[in-house]
Amino acid sequence: MEHGSYQNPSASTFSITEEDHTLANSLRLVLNKDPRVSFCGYSIPHPSEARVNVRVQTTGDPAGEVLKDGCQNLINMCEHVRKTFDDAVDKFKNSKATDSMDDSQ
Amino acid sequence: MPKLPDHLELKRTRVSCKLDAPNDTESILYSGAYASMDVDNSSLESFFKDFKVVVNRITEDEIEFDMIGIDAALANAFRRILISEVPTMAIEKVFIEKNTSVVQDEVLAHRLGLVPLRVDPRLFSYKSEKDEPNEKNTIVFGLHARCEQKEPRRSVKSEELSWLPKGSMFLLEIENKASSSTTAPKTYTNFKSSQDELPELSDNPIHPKYPDITLARIGPGQEIELEAHAVKGVGKEHAKWSPVATAWYRMLPEVVLLQDIINEEAEKLVQKCPANVFDIEDTPTGKKATAPRPRSCTLCRECIRGEGWDKYVALRRKKDHFIFTVESTGALSPEVLFTEAVKILEDKCERIITELS
Repeated sequence: MEHGSYQNPSASTFSITEEDHTLANSLRLVLNKDPRVSFCGYSIPHPSEARVNVRVQTTGDPAGEVLKDGCQNLINMCEHVRKTFDDAVDKFKNSKATDSMDDSQ
Repeated sequence: MPKLPDHLELKRTRVSCKLDAPNDTESILYSGAYASMDVDNSSLESFFKDFKVVVNRITEDEIEFDMIGIDAALANAFRRILISEVPTMAIEKVFIEKNTSVVQDEVLAHRLGLVPLRVDPRLFSYKSEKDEPNEKNTIVFGLHARCEQKEPRRSVKSEELSWLPKGSMFLLEIENKASSSTTAPKTYTNFKSSQDELPELSDNPIHPKYPDITLARIGPGQEIELEAHAVKGVGKEHAKWSPVATAWYRMLPEVVLLQDIINEEAEKLVQKCPANVFDIEDTPTGKKATAPRPRSCTLCRECIRGEGWDKYVALRRKKDHFIFTVESTGALSPEVLFTEAVKILEDKCERIITELS
């Protein structure tokens, strides 16, 4: 999975199977937002092979750890999106319910 | 904290639609992009503070909402997952006992596969090639349609697909006849219990979402008898498993009047716009143009066409404001589909974390 060197763990390429732009582009977003990352990008070597290579270069921290933190950040963001979305849907449905009660009066 | 100068802030947050092409379309991700100006671009904390969702419309199978304060990478990830990775149930195998209609077996089977089924896929598990079909991974439908000799030609509709909660009724051909007398006859499925005993399914029987989909036409004396087995799958394998008709987003358009547009020019502007974005306001100094409905703007750029008009009007899009629409095919409600999509992205991250540790 991880292709890097033992001498310099701060730069690695991660080869992720069964994934595509969906995950790689989201990871690129969160990793680029991380101040420890000096470079992050991804490529899909061949369109008919389900594989994506994510390159992570950091200012010193091990790239694997930074990628793990990035995944955790992405999970937190997703949870926040889900919660905000559910609240908004509930709010909308409640306002609809009170509206229709007003109409029936 | 120091702020970016206006022209850079505009490039960072807006796509500007010029006559020839849209400019500044990329989102600036790198945290140190503005380090030389002492501005921090690592906005994860502000995401948790500022992210907002506003629902505009919910119907039985459609939702439209605004997602504000999120990057296109994530919005697009949700859209891609909705189309190709949220599972549903769809007919995968068709056992044809009799088909004397003019529709060929394989064409009929393909049409059956595309029929949307109203069933919650979370109640079922995936069936791999080796698995025996059982009550956890397969839904069986029976169809027996016949057109009598004297009757006129008629359509076979999707409502004639009847759910068989006890599994397949077709008997397997058994080589050893002696053993079949003691045990129950074997069929193409191996159900240990009836599916309608499940509390979720007992008062909510499985049926095609729409009753009026034409499956075939049969003439006098023709007959179709078959069994269709539905399994769980995802849209990237075949579009019949895609839970959405479409899921799409657009960035919020922004129409800015750069200077006062008055009298004849104002009327010309209102005339120019096919989407009815502009209005005319009466002021003491004369008629003045306003842009009260930027949301209806389709960015056709008709208003900035012609000599000098781009000095009056600027067309932009907000890079972090998405108008997201999800149209469900009926297996799950659209708001549930979206939360499922977000959960799938979380699962992907978790997989990476476990593989790295």
